[in-house]
Amino acid sequence: MRYLPLSHNDRTEMLAKIGVRHVNDLYKDVPATALLKEPVDLPDHMSEMQVDRDFRAMAEKNIPAGSHPFFCGAGAYRHYVPSTVDYMIQRGEFLTAYTPYQPEISQGTLQALYEFQTQVAQITGMEVANASMYDGSTACGEAVLMARRASRKKKAILSGSLHPQYIEVAKTATKYTDDVTVVNPVDIYDADALIDQIDDETSCVVVQNPDFFGNLQDYSKLAEALHARKAILVMVVTEVVSLGAVRSPGSMGADIVVGEGQSIGNGLSFGGPYVGLLATRQKLVRTMPGRVCGETVDADGKRGYVLTLSTREQHIRREKATSNICTNAGLCTLAFTIHMTLLGEKGFRHLARLNHAKAVKLADKLAAIDGVEVMNDNFFNEFTVSLPIDAARAIERLAEKQILGGVPLSRLYPDNEKLKKQMLVAVTETVTDGDMDRLVSELKEQVNAK
Amino acid sequence: MLNKQGRQTDIVNLTELPQDSFATHSGNRGLEQDELLIYEIGDTERTGVDLEEVENFENRLGGITREDKIGLAGLSEPETMRHYTRLSRMNYAIDMGLYPLGSCTMKHNPRINEKVARLPGLADIHPLQPMSTVQGALEAMDKLAHWLKTLTGMPAIAMSPKAGAHGELCGLMAIRAALDKRGENRSIVLAPESAHGTNPATATLCGYKVKSIPATENGHVDLEALKEALGPDVAAIMLTNPNTCGLFERDVIEIADAVHDIGGYFYCDGANFNAIVGKVRPGDLGVDAMHINLHKTFSTPHGGGGPGAGPVVLSEALAPFAPVPYVVHSKQGFALVEHMEDGSDSFGRMTAFHGQMGMNIRALAFMMSHGSDGLARVAEDSVLNANYVMASLQDDMTVSYPGPCMHECLFDDRFLNGSGIATLDFAKAMIDEGYHPMTMYFPLVVHGAMLIEPTESESKQSLDQFIGSLRHLVAEAKAGNTELFSGAPYLAPLRRLDETLAARKPVLRWTKPE
Repeated sequence: MRYLPLSHNDRTEMLAKIGVRHVNDLYKDVPATALLKEPVDLPDHMSEMQVDRDFRAMAEKNIPAGSHPFFCGAGAYRHYVPSTVDYMIQRGEFLTAYTPYQPEISQGTLQALYEFQTQVAQITGMEVANASMYDGSTACGEAVLMARRASRKKKAILSGSLHPQYIEVAKTATKYTDDVTVVNPVDIYDADALIDQIDDETSCVVVQNPDFFGNLQDYSKLAEALHARKAILVMVVTEVVSLGAVRSPGSMGADIVVGEGQSIGNGLSFGGPYVGLLATRQKLVRTMPGRVCGETVDADGKRGYVLTLSTREQHIRREKATSNICTNAGLCTLAFTIHMTLLGEKGFRHLARLNHAKAVKLADKLAAIDGVEVMNDNFFNEFTVSLPIDAARAIERLAEKQILGGVPLSRLYPDNEKLKKQMLVAVTETVTDGDMDRLVSELKEQVNAK
Repeated sequence: MLNKQGRQTDIVNLTELPQDSFATHSGNRGLEQDELLIYEIGDTERTGVDLEEVENFENRLGGITREDKIGLAGLSEPETMRHYTRLSRMNYAIDMGLYPLGSCTMKHNPRINEKVARLPGLADIHPLQPMSTVQGALEAMDKLAHWLKTLTGMPAIAMSPKAGAHGELCGLMAIRAALDKRGENRSIVLAPESAHGTNPATATLCGYKVKSIPATENGHVDLEALKEALGPDVAAIMLTNPNTCGLFERDVIEIADAVHDIGGYFYCDGANFNAIVGKVRPGDLGVDAMHINLHKTFSTPHGGGGPGAGPVVLSEALAPFAPVPYVVHSKQGFALVEHMEDGSDSFGRMTAFHGQMGMNIRALAFMMSHGSDGLARVAEDSVLNANYVMASLQDDMTVSYPGPCMHECLFDDRFLNGSGIATLDFAKAMIDEGYHPMTMYFPLVVHGAMLIEPTESESKQSLDQFIGSLRHLVAEAKAGNTELFSGAPYLAPLRRLDETLAARKPVLRWTKPE
């Protein structure tokens, strides 16, 4: 077996040193009835070539985004990731290192995390960020729990235009704590409607910008209303590229910002692994969940970085910890940081502008089809389209023509009749004019054939 | 053997090395290169990407265009390459040497796993594409589920948890949901003293109070104390098996029966599954739920702290409470059930989309490479290696509990008594020997714990070198050479870091100097 270095002789010598005859003697504490006599019923080992072949066969049954016109979003976006990123994260020193508990021999990981935290704080317009969470949705659940710790109140109000799966995750996260989660219907989401719901028990209001349907809003008034009641504004950003064009949550008065960072540096990967962002104000850091990296000095006075504020964490505080979380999204944060470093401010803003320009172009083309309506007055790189036909069926038919045309809202709201004919269309820098034309002409054909 | 190139191994005089006489203008020392932050190298005008020009258009951002300076530093591509390459060289990694972190299972990460996880058909697919366009991806998820269920002897699995602690949360939530369904309002979760910190933290998130169960002097759960603690208010026990003292809980079946007798559930922390994979099925031990750290037993890269993956296998009793989504298979092919159907007992959803697909692919490649025969060998070799280390060092260091151990061996600091050297100092001196330290001060049940897990990836030769280094350090400690330890590390990119300062005055980001 190519991964196991011990030879038969080694094993014999080592057993002798230990003073037992057979390796099963080392399993003497296992109840005899439970120690398997036969291998489990699974295939035997394979050569690397066979493994490669089996995976290729599975991969070939899927339609990859890159080979076809592609317009899916809804919280996961296809952007072009420079080759440098994937090369660098595969360097063994990054790939095969553990969590940096021994800072003297982990400065590579730690300094990159420090850069990551700075980048996240900058794009969200916040003072500090942690070293990442599992993904945007779990970060959102953690933000609700954090808002409760910070405000000492228990009622979280969720906007109706928050990503429906984020809503479900937040509900799960608070299911067995004594928090109250108020979930609004899809059509209650604007700042004014949410302001009316704030009361003295409210810990936070959670909104998303751009929201799940692609709409942009200024939440400054909501933030003021919350602060007047000593409550917290949690803002969710599922498409971080928008932050290169749209005013930052920090500038609107957000107290906690959570984001899905996948768009920068990370591929679609069928939903994971992604990278959750969590940024906040300096005064709230001790209520923050997750790992965080900070600057310090070594015994010679040289600058260095360590994991810090661990007195919040489970390995020290156990049942009193701010979260049970024990890892971050390590390598995905590194990919984020390297991609963001390649972009820089100039590239990040350019990328955002490019996304928005292409989305505007496609929105206009789709709106020109008879019977098709773009539902948004404003948006970043994703918008909701209303069709005169069932959207899920339309997308299936597009897929038969090798076009991945978007996400039907019925996939996420199966019981909402009003949304059956609507779909989300996302447009990133990867979309060409030719891709747009194919989508438009195929949709036009379907609509006309109605 | 260690000294083929005539390298200096007598490091006793390290503190007297004439550092200043080697002072360089750059601050670099040969291949050891200092590296500034991107913010000190780059600026907001520099970029390492070329993007197509944007034609003029009227923006539709609704009047909330970002006007402020973000402050992001950019670097050109060669600068970026150099910056992160230099940083990478300041890390220790499994590719560089033995990584004996107990309960972390730092084993070899095969590159075929990386390769197949990057096949466009598996990497470049969207989680909400029509299911007809991702049949191969669903097949891979289903296949991994089958392997994990077969290896654990459990009937059901939740694939979406994103890390071990997330898996714990999933398992405990299933337990809570099952008890709620029975209309029972139990309030206590039992966990041994030696449990990972995540166990009590997770129980709290599910609304439970944690009661700690002591260990016997042999490092096992105290069965009598456990039985005494059991009662109608106990929802579950969370037990790591093999436990964090490196021992298999020999009373595990009796523990499971006792917990079931009072109507509670048995959550097993699967962090140490590597010792028994292919040899023992947790389902045969009476386990109701167990998470599997794919990044431990099944070798998905730790990546400097993630991403992990923590699928949870469930017993028949807990299966109905599993979270969405899950894969189903019919004549029409594979499909994902993403929503709770009417009357479903599922406790809900743990994450957007379907979990850590990229990690699932890597883990499946690892399993298929080993096969049923190879995975049992993994367990055996990992246990053999740990016992070999323990047997070789038992006269030098103090073994906490008599062996045999499982895949990790536990020492405490009695061998350092009177030397003035603490576990931390001893561990830091290992860095100068070219090793990552073992897990320190965990588990909490022994004083100054040192938990060593070599994994099956180490050759005998590698273990012998490691053992030689530890013996050398023990001899130095016993000879009273305290400086070698108190100042360590001397030979790492940085000397010992001031963690107190970092926590007292947290500086968590770069800011532009005034």
